[in-house]
Amino acid sequence: MAPPVLAEVDVAVVGAGVVGCAVARHLTLAGATVAVLDRAADVGDGTSKANTAVLHTGFDTEPGSLESRLVSHGHDLLASYAAAAGIAVERTGALLVAWDDEQEAALPALAAKAAANGYGAARPVDAAEVRAAEPHLGPDARGGLVVPGEWVIDPWSVTLAFALEAVGAGARLLLSKPVDRVATGEAGHELGVPGGVVRARWLVNAAGLGADRLDALLGHHDFTVRPRRGQLIVFDELARRLVNRILLPVPTTRTKGVLVSPTTWGNVLLGPTAEDLDDRTDTASTAAGIAGLLAAGRRILPALVEEEVTAVYAGLRAATEHRDYQIRVHADERYVTVGGIRSTGLTSAMAVAEHVAGLLDGAGAVWDGPVRRSVVPSMPPLGASQVRPLQDPVRIAADPAYGTPLCHCEQVSRGEVRDACHGPVAAADLGGVRRRTRAMNGRCQGFYCGAEVVALVATETGTDPGTLTRVPG
Amino acid sequence: MTGPTVLVVGAGPAGLTAARELGSAGIGPVLVVDRERAAGGVPRHCDHNGFGLQDLRRSLTGPAYARLLARRAGASGASIRLSTTVTDVADDGSVTLAGPAGIDVVRPRAVLLATGARERPRSARLVPGDRPAGVFTTGQLQQWVLLRHLPVGRRAVVVGAEHVAYSAVLTLRHAGVATVTMVTEWPRHQTVAAFAVASRVGLRVPLRTSSRVAGLHGHGRLGAVDVEDLLTGHVERIAADTVVFTGDWVPEHELARRAGLTVERTTLAPRTDGWGRTSRPGLLAAGNLVHPGETAGLAALGGRAAGRRLAVELRSGRELPGAQGLAVTVARPLASAVPSIVDPADPPPRLLLRPATFTGRRLVVARQGGREVGRHGLRHAVPNRAMGVPGAVVGRADPDGGPIELSLV
Repeated sequence: MAPPVLAEVDVAVVGAGVVGCAVARHLTLAGATVAVLDRAADVGDGTSKANTAVLHTGFDTEPGSLESRLVSHGHDLLASYAAAAGIAVERTGALLVAWDDEQEAALPALAAKAAANGYGAARPVDAAEVRAAEPHLGPDARGGLVVPGEWVIDPWSVTLAFALEAVGAGARLLLSKPVDRVATGEAGHELGVPGGVVRARWLVNAAGLGADRLDALLGHHDFTVRPRRGQLIVFDELARRLVNRILLPVPTTRTKGVLVSPTTWGNVLLGPTAEDLDDRTDTASTAAGIAGLLAAGRRILPALVEEEVTAVYAGLRAATEHRDYQIRVHADERYVTVGGIRSTGLTSAMAVAEHVAGLLDGAGAVWDGPVRRSVVPSMPPLGASQVRPLQDPVRIAADPAYGTPLCHCEQVSRGEVRDACHGPVAAADLGGVRRRTRAMNGRCQGFYCGAEVVALVATETGTDPGTLTRVPG
Repeated sequence: MTGPTVLVVGAGPAGLTAARELGSAGIGPVLVVDRERAAGGVPRHCDHNGFGLQDLRRSLTGPAYARLLARRAGASGASIRLSTTVTDVADDGSVTLAGPAGIDVVRPRAVLLATGARERPRSARLVPGDRPAGVFTTGQLQQWVLLRHLPVGRRAVVVGAEHVAYSAVLTLRHAGVATVTMVTEWPRHQTVAAFAVASRVGLRVPLRTSSRVAGLHGHGRLGAVDVEDLLTGHVERIAADTVVFTGDWVPEHELARRAGLTVERTTLAPRTDGWGRTSRPGLLAAGNLVHPGETAGLAALGGRAAGRRLAVELRSGRELPGAQGLAVTVARPLASAVPSIVDPADPPPRLLLRPATFTGRRLVVARQGGREVGRHGLRHAVPNRAMGVPGAVVGRADPDGGPIELSLV
């Protein structure tokens, strides 16, 4: 018996991370029928969820590279989109800090590189100005480079908004669907997934850490993914007063280095590490990683490490052996790979989508559906600078659940957690609830609200609490 | 709106006990707010006896004690508003309250912060490894089991060996979870012998001393816990689907810090005198917010002292004072003393001391400028446990003199 056809579409996008969702959104609006597949049970559940949440200018990318162009353009696209969707952005600006003579000597070259990338607003500053701008910096800080266009953004809401808009415009979201087989023929591709197949005329590979493996299923070996682990420490919101801007180190070829950054949620991020691994699932933090970050943090912002740590986590960047993005079209196979999108992928995602659409067009793809007007979804206000439901008398009057505190640390109401469990891109697990609401992401990590959140999510999703918390047996 | 004369933030033992004193004092409306849907604070989810011994001279279960304190506060005339959170304490003393009925800005004459304490979670303890489900603090576990009846797991490691860790073992047992080991960095447990013996012999839970959790393993659900012997460096991987991080209390001090109160470096708690007065007149603090990790009874006694004195000061009609007195410092092996501001002419009911290590020294000596001004013998000196010393130990100090230093000899 032939396996059931789960979807028959113009384009299958494999990977529901920030890039895959942006591509799906773009192509759906352009009139294509689209299915987005992911092995995970939620969108943005891989590399996209462990981002440093910086909206990059691309000032320090390689001039002339694809990454340079797409990051620079993506910054503007995403800034407009976030404003329309109500996604929190804080226009903090960045300060790149030199900590020794060698780094200080590298600053003029970095300013020149910024200019070569078309970013003219970077400005060198001396030690006195650095200290005036960031009074809590460690004593070793020398000069610096001010980059006003580097901002911070709520990264989780971006992926969700792209997915919501895509689904709202007709895209199919097929989650918990790892692709284990691809058959390519005259009519296009047939993707084997648990429980059936997906047929698509065109295939876009946005599979992140799995992009080279999907590539291999089609007989290509354009690149090899080399997971680069980044461990990060999140400090309590009481540390937010210590830092005004994103504090960047002088970058090396391998990594942008350890940064200290405010987040839109009001806490402070320290990280990431950069460790090349073989294991594509190893998102564990390590004692050495944590110790290294704390040592770096102590030098950058000594008072920071005195504050309470809220969370320690690690993500894997989908690095490859190439320095630039690996976006290629195989027109005869109706196949586009979007690989090697490193930590800048959040910023560039919308520009990547535009670029991919252009490649498809150039390869002769045509969509029969009507071009749809973008209906940007209204995302929940999760930012510290936004009016949260517990601060909004109008919303509370309309529905008292928005005035009933649930997660105390992050000031999340019962109504918000309830909402996260419903809708076309609903949370599938507790991690999904965290990313949609901030519940349990605060300093107590569930001491106060853990049981209440689990009970509420179990009721709202109709899931057994034991399943939700993966109780064995 | 015509707001309360006193706003009490937190309906746990300290807040409810203070509210009872204030409510019956005839100083005007007293409002207690709490973020939870029920009053009582942490005792609500501590289903064992022994609550009330210090403040009520009787032994109740946690939930019964919580209900009694709430009933008494209500009977005194104080009102309790639940599911209500403080979103702002402004410089002018006005306080923004948010709850299901809407948002209120009140401007009481005094605000008493009784926001309690929480246990440091795994992340704040910087325990490396995976981030699976099955990682708890005791407070979370107790609510999980006793309030929400949620399933836990089968095999647990309990981190810590003070009172609350033994309470966690009992809660796990109640939930059908076997505790396969307890782990403490100290060379001995820090509870009373009866608990330790009952757990080791009665429940057959071994205690690994001088050991720490070095890592967690598991994708999705916890699979194993690495326990490192601190003396040998040997790491053993123990199969477990549940780990409970107990103790290591940190004050719930966000409001206190946002309001600019001076905070102790050792406990991270707002600095108070014996009557809960802080660096900011009209803003008081009591209970486990100022001495994190002590019993509910001690928190209630702190609330009582603060409430009684505040009632007197409000009735006097004079401007409310901030913390008054001499600084109290401690010498190792003492780690902290609460309060850390005392007036020898108006000594606090008691000082709560905590040692930094196990010590055989049992005599607390108070000195001022090198001159002994008081002493008090102790029954024990164990880390993670308070030692209560009568406030009179500082009563002979010169109120106009310098700081008082407490040491153990």
